[in-house]
Amino acid sequence: MMRVGFTVNGVRRTADGVWEGESLLYVLRERMGLPGSKNACEQGECGSCTVRLDGVPVCACLIAAGQAQDREVRTVEGLAEGGEPASVQRAFLDAGAVQCGFCTPGLLVAADELLERDTAPSDADIREALSGNLCRCTGYEKIMDAVRLAAARRREAV
Amino acid sequence: MEFLRPGCWEEALAAKAEHPAAVPLAGGTDVMVEINLGHRRPGHLLDLGRIGELSEWEVGEREVRLGACVPYARIVGELGRELPALALASRAVASPQIRNRGGVGGNLGTASPAGDAHPALLAAGAEVEVESVRGARRIPIDEFYTGVKRNALRPDELIKRVHVVRATGPQQFSKVGTRNAMVIAVCSFGLALHPGSRTVRTGIGSAAPTPRRAAEAEAFLAGALAEAGLWESRRAVPPSVAKRFAALAAGACSPIDDVRGTAGHRRHAVGVMARRTFLWAWEAYRNGAEGAA
Repeated sequence: MMRVGFTVNGVRRTADGVWEGESLLYVLRERMGLPGSKNACEQGECGSCTVRLDGVPVCACLIAAGQAQDREVRTVEGLAEGGEPASVQRAFLDAGAVQCGFCTPGLLVAADELLERDTAPSDADIREALSGNLCRCTGYEKIMDAVRLAAARRREAV
Repeated sequence: MEFLRPGCWEEALAAKAEHPAAVPLAGGTDVMVEINLGHRRPGHLLDLGRIGELSEWEVGEREVRLGACVPYARIVGELGRELPALALASRAVASPQIRNRGGVGGNLGTASPAGDAHPALLAAGAEVEVESVRGARRIPIDEFYTGVKRNALRPDELIKRVHVVRATGPQQFSKVGTRNAMVIAVCSFGLALHPGSRTVRTGIGSAAPTPRRAAEAEAFLAGALAEAGLWESRRAVPPSVAKRFAALAAGACSPIDDVRGTAGHRRHAVGVMARRTFLWAWEAYRNGAEGAA
């Protein structure tokens, strides 16, 4: 067992008694009280555990907890500011892109990262950026609408 | 289980020498899946994430020295000109999340016959630089794959980088799967024209126990192109030549039936991909393309 420490959503956190084969996802959900990142396939196929590791979107289920040591993690819980939903979260709600909601946190993190580097993504860009996130409810059309909406609002806000 | 976290390459080699059964951990896209699903419980995990030089690449005169942990996303974004087939193959890996983590060193370490990088490395020409406390050596890519998920690494060795020959002609990569993203190859094919040596190299993925070249198909094509003076004239290749090349490539497979496809489908698809990738590359060559695909 080991101690692991890293920054989560801007706050330095540590966890004790971490098993050496444990994933970052498990540490976030079960040891740090951050259940937003979802646990589904545990093999990097579904994207529902997507977080940012030093800014880069990754599947938290495939990061060994020890690999996150001293690094910076951002989860879906870090998107909202001052208790208000982030623009991408608001757009998902307004566009009806949330059904059962299980895939939503991963999609939000991936979509937010896309919009951070590209405020005018083409449909192909959006599909590409979200290609690692599976949704079994929506058929993706409302999700596409939500990302287009979030992009348009970001452009207006500038 | 112990989590080993070497801070530099020398420490990593020392750790591997002390614990030869330690499992190297880089992007985690294979190892963590096995641990999560309970298929593997190594005594030691050897995290390579802190060794900066493994995530660097360097373009030399003849080859690209690609660090074992350079993620696929960077190969796609930064090496498309020097390593077109590998960039195309990297682009076909899984999803953005996986391409941000996985790299060629891990693909080689796992040595799955379905690994996307292998056909591109075989086609381009490459050597795998491995090292242990006993010293370093370079393993030609043709000798690296020794069986299903087996490679030529010795227990105390780690993969440091891959030396991939820079493209001097068009290259292509093709992959068959059920959808565009998140797909393990049903089968795949890499092809590189090497105008300087008047040769064509190939790589077959997921249609034999190991990634392999279609040697007979390569030899036939080199002969046919030379005989008709096509490298110099840059004229169109007769359909009969492309057809024969496809048949020989299909014949180089030793596929199996599994959950992703049947042996018959794989053999057929490899033939189709061989013909297509060759004709795409030849078209680019005719139009004067040098490095880029």
